[in-house]
Amino acid sequence: MRLKPYLLRSMIVSLAALLGAGSVAADEPKQGGTLVMAIQNTPRHLNPAVQSGTATGVPGAQLFAAPLRYDEGWNPQPYLAKSWEVSDDGLSVTLNLVENATFHDGQPITSEDVVFSIDTVKANHPFKTMFAPVEKVDTPDAHTAIIRLSQPHPALMLAMSSQLLPIIPKHVYGDGQDPKTHPQNSQDVVGSGPYKLTEFKRDQHIILERNENYFMEGLPYLDKLVMRIVKDPAARTIALESGELMLSIFEETPRDLARMKKSPNLDVSSDGYSAIGSIVWLAFNTQNGKTADKNVRQAISYAIDRNFILKALMLGTAAEAKTGIHPGSPYYDDSANGYEVDLDKANQILDDAGYAKSSDGMRFGLTVDYGWAEIKQFAEYMKPQLKKIGINVTVRASADFPSWAKRISNHDFDMTMDNVFNWGDPVIGVHRTYSSDNIKKGVIWSNTQQYSNPRVDELMTLAGATYDIEERKKYYAEFQQILSDELPIYWLFAAPYHTVSNKKLGNPPMSIWGGSSPLDRLYLKD
Amino acid sequence: MSFWRVTAKRIGYGFLLLMSVLVLNFVLMSLAPGDIADTIAGEMGGADEQMLAEIRETYGLDQPFHVQLWRYLSRVFVLDLGFSYFYNTPVTTLILEKLPATLLLVFSAQIVAIISGVVLGVMAAKKPNGLFSLSVTLIALFGFAAPVFWTGILLIILFVSIFPLFPIGGIMDVTLAGSWWEHTLDVLHHLMLPMITLASIFVALYSRLARASMLEVLGADYIRTARAKGVPERSVMYRHALRNALAPVVTVAGLQFSAVISGAVVVETVFSWPGLGSLALHSILARDTPTIMGILFCSALVVVVFNILTDMTLRLLDPRIKSG
Repeated sequence: MRLKPYLLRSMIVSLAALLGAGSVAADEPKQGGTLVMAIQNTPRHLNPAVQSGTATGVPGAQLFAAPLRYDEGWNPQPYLAKSWEVSDDGLSVTLNLVENATFHDGQPITSEDVVFSIDTVKANHPFKTMFAPVEKVDTPDAHTAIIRLSQPHPALMLAMSSQLLPIIPKHVYGDGQDPKTHPQNSQDVVGSGPYKLTEFKRDQHIILERNENYFMEGLPYLDKLVMRIVKDPAARTIALESGELMLSIFEETPRDLARMKKSPNLDVSSDGYSAIGSIVWLAFNTQNGKTADKNVRQAISYAIDRNFILKALMLGTAAEAKTGIHPGSPYYDDSANGYEVDLDKANQILDDAGYAKSSDGMRFGLTVDYGWAEIKQFAEYMKPQLKKIGINVTVRASADFPSWAKRISNHDFDMTMDNVFNWGDPVIGVHRTYSSDNIKKGVIWSNTQQYSNPRVDELMTLAGATYDIEERKKYYAEFQQILSDELPIYWLFAAPYHTVSNKKLGNPPMSIWGGSSPLDRLYLKD
Repeated sequence: MSFWRVTAKRIGYGFLLLMSVLVLNFVLMSLAPGDIADTIAGEMGGADEQMLAEIRETYGLDQPFHVQLWRYLSRVFVLDLGFSYFYNTPVTTLILEKLPATLLLVFSAQIVAIISGVVLGVMAAKKPNGLFSLSVTLIALFGFAAPVFWTGILLIILFVSIFPLFPIGGIMDVTLAGSWWEHTLDVLHHLMLPMITLASIFVALYSRLARASMLEVLGADYIRTARAKGVPERSVMYRHALRNALAPVVTVAGLQFSAVISGAVVVETVFSWPGLGSLALHSILARDTPTIMGILFCSALVVVVFNILTDMTLRLLDPRIKSG
């Protein structure tokens, strides 16, 4: 039976919006040309099935196709799956694959490859919640895959994007070698996506060329896509201004952004980062020391001037985030208490809680950690600011990321600056921070705050087991209200990622997955 | 002692030094909290405890320290530098991939610095209190005092942004299709700015040194004798004085070789030059022990070899140096 796309009952509303948007005629894209874009880090390798993170995800999404892709409004679009259907009980998801799709070596892409890819990701990817409820995948024929679930699992839809579920060929990566260290993760990559790998040189570039046999008709527009690894933000800025680089993603240095916004030949946009959902925050140790007291956490949150941080330190490049869900997500609750700065109130809370000021005007001391240079200034800001409410803050530096990770993951801290990603659905990247069964010593970005609330656990379970967006919004609203009252974390802002593109470039990546979505519609004007 | 016996002794010391570098670095690396498993988890945006344990087991990090050290050293003795944890590639491959770019940058910068330093120094020494000498001193001090990344960015702003003469970084234009000499020219074109940046620190040092040492030599009796017997001034300067004045420059240049390599780390980052420097920086931040050890081993080897070569050159330049 041939199913029409977008049969998901809950998505009919968004379907209407999507069709409306699709009918607006854009400039006619041009075929051909070489695009040189910047990336900032050398990926470990190019196979996102066994390596999370955007360093691998951005080139990976060009090399490997996925069952679904997304538009700007969180709506799934057909990709390798031309249509899909969720059963009434929510326990199986049927994918109908396009029939003419082939891997870069000419072999057809079949449902067996989908099974193999899901199995590989499930066994090797760090985000276990993505496919945990998947019991098995049935393959009634070569182009149908039925994913059987132990419970309704809405996060599956976003987990089927290029960043998280690349479709990898079973006949290549299923040869018995450990997929994590497979030699073809870096060289001779056999993918299914819009571009084929020409050359990957560490610290230099990744050269991709058009996949002539790409299953999406007429795409990609570019003949060649070169990703140059340029680590220095100032160097990228100048190369973008001069046109040597046509596109750069994940630009986040406020001063460089301010400069590039003034450039007549550049477009600067903050769209395209809501699925990755990176949030900068101040985490508290909720079990040990003074921060175990909710009053202390609230007083600190009232003392921090988020507006000052956004305006003076971030120069207006970042959006405020009042909760642990990214402000670009449909589940973000804007009505949560954002703790507008109020020093009198902060002092009052501490006075009432019995933390009297001693003769030098100080109440007690706390430490604040940071793990890398970009978030150092926020840790330093805490010192003079919290002095105003009588808290003596010591900024603890760590030599490098592993040293910091060791401290935090072993719960040896009072407060720490951190930057954590949502990764699409809240089930994948949000729950881990607050779930009481994810308090795991030695594991960074688990619930290192050691926060535990049975109602919060229950709300996450409920929200993670229904496809109904409105129902999920209700659960997540309560979830965010409780958290913003109990404050295991004081959330500051969404990371100021921006996409900078030359005006000669058509269709820069603006979908929710930004650069880690297939860049097959990029084109060069004239 | 004969020339060759001294050299053999130097090589023996060099070997001991290399071994100590390895052991010391290994100890230092393991003293730091955290390990590659944390880095990989960080790179991944999170991991679970089972995965962390697997990574530690794969790389032998669950073994006691002395076992790890012994395993490493016994492999180095058969010239096996191990596997990079981070890139899952043999360290030797990684280093050989990056070494040519670094050597090109380091050697060209060193040569440019020595030649221009000596030329400027000698010219300044002719009139030690003249305007030229003064401006050489000023420019040299400026180059020496300015942080190398700042010089790099300044040159980028000047010669890439304002006067677009050079490319912003990298070692070649990947979109260029042409014959081999076009590619060679392209690499040289990319080399100019990083080379000048790296050389700028050392020009200062060498020119000051050449100037001072020329002044000293020019005051010596044998120079007065040469002039008295009517040797032309050019010949006095370049045949009599310069040869003797060069000894300190060569000594310092040899000793500075390690400084040039460490300067290259910064320059490579600013100019996205794909050399050992950027690899070193990244592997240190990533706690990729085998790669760091491999790079340190290689740079220690280069420094030791160059010190021995400097020593030998000095002996040839100045026959008075005899004893070890």
